[in-house]
Amino acid sequence: MTAQQTTAQPPVDVRSMTGAQVVLRALLDQGVEVIFGYPGGAVLPLYDALFQQNTIQHVLVRHEQAAVHAAEGYARSTGKTGVVLVTSGPGATNTVTGLTDALMDSVPVVCLTGQVPTHMIGNDAFQEADTVGITRPCTKHNYLVKKAEDLARIVHEAFHVASSGRPGPVVVDLPKNILMGEAPYIEKEAGRRRSYSPRREPDPGRIEEAVRLLARAERPIFYVGGGVVNSGPLACALLTELVRATGYPITLTLMGLGAYPAADPQYLGMLGMHGTYEANMAMHGCDVMVCIGARFDDRVTGRLDGFSPGSRKIHIDIDPSSINKNVPVDIAIVGDAERSLEAMLEAWKRVAPTVDRARVAPWWAQIERWRAVDSLRFRQHGEAIKPQHAIKRLYEMTRDRDPYITTDVGQHQMWAAQHFHFEKPRRWLTSGGLGTMGYGFPAALGVQMAHPEALVINISGDASWVMNMQEMSTAMQYRLPVKIFLINNGYMGMVRQWQDFFHGSRRAESYMDSMPDFVKLAEAFGARGLRATTVAELDRVIAEMLATDGSVLADIRVEKVENVYPMIPGGAAHNEIKLSPEDDGGHEPIAEDGMVLV
Amino acid sequence: MNMEEEKRHTIVVLVDNEAGVLARVIGLFSGRGYNIDSLTVAEVDPVHKLSRINIVTTGTELVIEQIKALLSKLVPVHRVQDLTIEGPHVERELALVKVNGDRERLVQALRIADFMHARLVDSTPGSLVFEVTGSSDELDAFIALVEPVEVSRAGIVAIGRGDMILDGVSQDRE
Repeated sequence: MTAQQTTAQPPVDVRSMTGAQVVLRALLDQGVEVIFGYPGGAVLPLYDALFQQNTIQHVLVRHEQAAVHAAEGYARSTGKTGVVLVTSGPGATNTVTGLTDALMDSVPVVCLTGQVPTHMIGNDAFQEADTVGITRPCTKHNYLVKKAEDLARIVHEAFHVASSGRPGPVVVDLPKNILMGEAPYIEKEAGRRRSYSPRREPDPGRIEEAVRLLARAERPIFYVGGGVVNSGPLACALLTELVRATGYPITLTLMGLGAYPAADPQYLGMLGMHGTYEANMAMHGCDVMVCIGARFDDRVTGRLDGFSPGSRKIHIDIDPSSINKNVPVDIAIVGDAERSLEAMLEAWKRVAPTVDRARVAPWWAQIERWRAVDSLRFRQHGEAIKPQHAIKRLYEMTRDRDPYITTDVGQHQMWAAQHFHFEKPRRWLTSGGLGTMGYGFPAALGVQMAHPEALVINISGDASWVMNMQEMSTAMQYRLPVKIFLINNGYMGMVRQWQDFFHGSRRAESYMDSMPDFVKLAEAFGARGLRATTVAELDRVIAEMLATDGSVLADIRVEKVENVYPMIPGGAAHNEIKLSPEDDGGHEPIAEDGMVLV
Repeated sequence: MNMEEEKRHTIVVLVDNEAGVLARVIGLFSGRGYNIDSLTVAEVDPVHKLSRINIVTTGTELVIEQIKALLSKLVPVHRVQDLTIEGPHVERELALVKVNGDRERLVQALRIADFMHARLVDSTPGSLVFEVTGSSDELDAFIALVEPVEVSRAGIVAIGRGDMILDGVSQDRE
């Protein structure tokens, strides 16, 4: 939960508060500092109340979807709950993509939506939408406040639900008459509901069983995801301690990057569809797998009947419904990652006080042979910039500045995940589950709001970035110096790659030949635009971008038809991973059953 | 055990009786492609405003486990009980069955109703309405015999036998 600000608030006469004032007071009591939003008729009373105070800052976005992504960026880079405020009807419906994104990636967000007055609900009133109906499947929970006396309790409960257990988005729909009429205020801790109390403490017996299994393993692996990042920096520190105490290899999911230091020799890199050869082969060949805070996503497992066939599996997750969903496991542990790791570390020190390096030595020898394949290698030759090289240089030139990186979705996202390395959690923000193009730039604005002094870079693609480029205007309004590193190949690169691989190179609608001049576009917004078209220009452009105080869009014109490797094609298993074409003589036709998968 | 084998389960859910709770439960099934064979809902504890939902569903062991986990995760859900696994239980269903026709046909329906313990709840010169309760099989048998023109079935209600008591308030976690 966020920092306590309750004591800092001036006393208010709770008898004469309007609903809008009650909402605002509840936000203050929850420690809210920033709201991302967009006004409209139904929420005007709340905007009026916001106008009359100075504690909470409101960031005016240019589209409500961006408000949710910005709140996600704020939340994921701080661990606090992000807050969104939008109006009824289109304001609410525009948040749906952002809410679904937050649900898939377990991001705590409270989204306040305006609603027409209660007596008009159901009349097809102007800007009326069934917001709770529309957002029910894309939120962790949602509320329509019909009675003033429920208002304060519901807002508090929304924060509790959003931030506890497996975090997620919560919508509170606020009819205008509730905001304008009188409403009683109740304190944060009053009236917590009995039916909701997610389990945090792991079962000690199962922890013991898991550790004993782990201590006997000959080919173990840790497979760790975003749940550990969500659990907090302490969970990540405990993870690092446990992994080092065991001497076992670890791989991270896309969402988990930063949970374990990338520079550590026990780290095998990211796993999954575009993960490293050593990570995927180790997952396939292991005899004991410890999954913590990950969910056996299809991008990670590949073909399920070929997934890690010989291993016994331990799964630790705070969400019981994530366990045994896609892959049946042998030891299921429901609990918070931090508590579970603490218990495992304690048990490990008892069960295996001396590390038996010989037991896992053959396994490490095998892993080193896989690692020697160097599956992420690429060759930068000629004038044209390889996208991998651009990201590698960006990493090398910014690594000392502890940057925050957000991405959009597609090839640039995978290259960023492969070639940018994270030593700390909460530095890497990407849309993993939903795969939302247009996520990265507004998310970067949210990060920069939370960390005004930090270097925040949105690594994006040309197709993704234009999906929310209107937010450049927001960046300028709030003087947010976000850097945009645009991997511009003139294609929807990942779509083009799949068409080339699986659809006979018929590049249907994956090329945009009327993209704007991004340098002029940046300048039109009042930002700085830079461009690199050759390798020789690349470093200079990066340096200039970093030396510029305000927001910069760096248009990096990269080689147009580079593909992301390694790749586990849809419908294939981990050990069927394809390396770059120099090794297998060009990409091969994929079977039809792979084509139907996404 | 065969993990692929589909089995019918009767699941009982105690929920806060609030707006939208049934939509949450149904949405969970429809959104993830699970089956609902039968569903009943009514308030059972007016003091604590608790409703009881009885769901009959069919799925593999993994799917049933997933359904129960997802139901338990819903914020207004207090308790989830799988009667098929957790113990012996009683299942009953109620149906209203309308038979139309000439006198001979109606007399025959009355005879069947008599030996199958269906109750006559409405009669006109050309039609009869029977109320029948029992297991779903018993209802199926009665309906097959009387060849009705219209049937209204309530869906399954279920309860554990003996000492197994589902009480949402005292068993809440914390």
